[in-house]
Amino acid sequence: MIVRIMGEGQFRLDEDAVKRISALDDAGVAAVEADDEDAFHTAFEELLDIIRKEGEHLGDEEIESSDVIVPPADTSFAEAAADFSGEGLIPD
Amino acid sequence: MAGMAGRMSTVIKAKISKLLDRAEDPGETLDYSYQKQLESLQNVKKGIADVVTAKKRLGMQATKLEQAVVKLDTQARQALAAGNEELARTALERKQFAQTELQSLDQQVAELQSQQDKLIESQKRLSTKIEAFRTKKEVIKAQYSAAEAQVRISEAASGVGEEMADVGLAMQRAVDKTENMKARAAAVEELEAAGTFEDLTQLGAGQDDIDRQLAELGAGGMVDDDLAKMKAELGMAPSPAPGELESGEPGEAKA
Repeated sequence: MIVRIMGEGQFRLDEDAVKRISALDDAGVAAVEADDEDAFHTAFEELLDIIRKEGEHLGDEEIESSDVIVPPADTSFAEAAADFSGEGLIPD
Repeated sequence: MAGMAGRMSTVIKAKISKLLDRAEDPGETLDYSYQKQLESLQNVKKGIADVVTAKKRLGMQATKLEQAVVKLDTQARQALAAGNEELARTALERKQFAQTELQSLDQQVAELQSQQDKLIESQKRLSTKIEAFRTKKEVIKAQYSAAEAQVRISEAASGVGEEMADVGLAMQRAVDKTENMKARAAAVEELEAAGTFEDLTQLGAGQDDIDRQLAELGAGGMVDDDLAKMKAELGMAPSPAPGELESGEPGEAKA
């Protein structure tokens, strides 16, 4: 599967890694809902780590759509919270 | 995937499908998409230039503040040497304030530098991707039947569309940060205009109030010396240190 970290490019990952990413993503959301900033950063950083370390970086000349798109690494807790409240990271 | 990644994917896919819906036929989709990509690249270049300008402005302010810190420190020493502790305190208070502003400016410059680096990276990636798309576009037009082409075009346009959305977000974040810092830079400039750090560009002609008070203090000091001599001659107790004089004396006027 192909995963994009916004601002960093795309990575090719196996199903297992994507499953772990998905679980960490859910943990990140739960942390935001529980207003637990530390837990959010822990989950999000681990998620990014898996993608960067286990993923194979796609060349810039490869034109592929991603299966999963992850927000930028410098996403703040407040931004993540706003993201779920519907304002989103990207305005229309 | 639910959660952050799910939401991010949904938003971006929606943006891409909006882009793809614009065009009527496959060939048009390719050209329209390509044109949008070039526009996107131009925007990033403009964004980088904006960040560089904002960074320069903050850098100039930092230089001014550094000069102000040095000058205020000198003034404090002069005031203290002349025995006016209160004036020295005023100078040191301003120096503290200037130093705090300076620290914050340095952080902002570093933050803008990091935004600039990210945008340059984004620009590089997008530019490579656009070039790949341009090649692919010609291949698709030449080699595939209309039905087949439609699928390939969607794939290619989605792939590049994602990169454009990525760059768009990087741009937006850079612009937001730059705007915040512009507002802050304007606020610091207002403080400067109000004389909070004095105007160091006008040394000589435009002496600030601490300079004036130091000059007065110089004159006042001579008077004090004379007074002390006279008092000694007449066998009176020495006068208190100038810093302990009661308020109302010109050298002690609060700024």
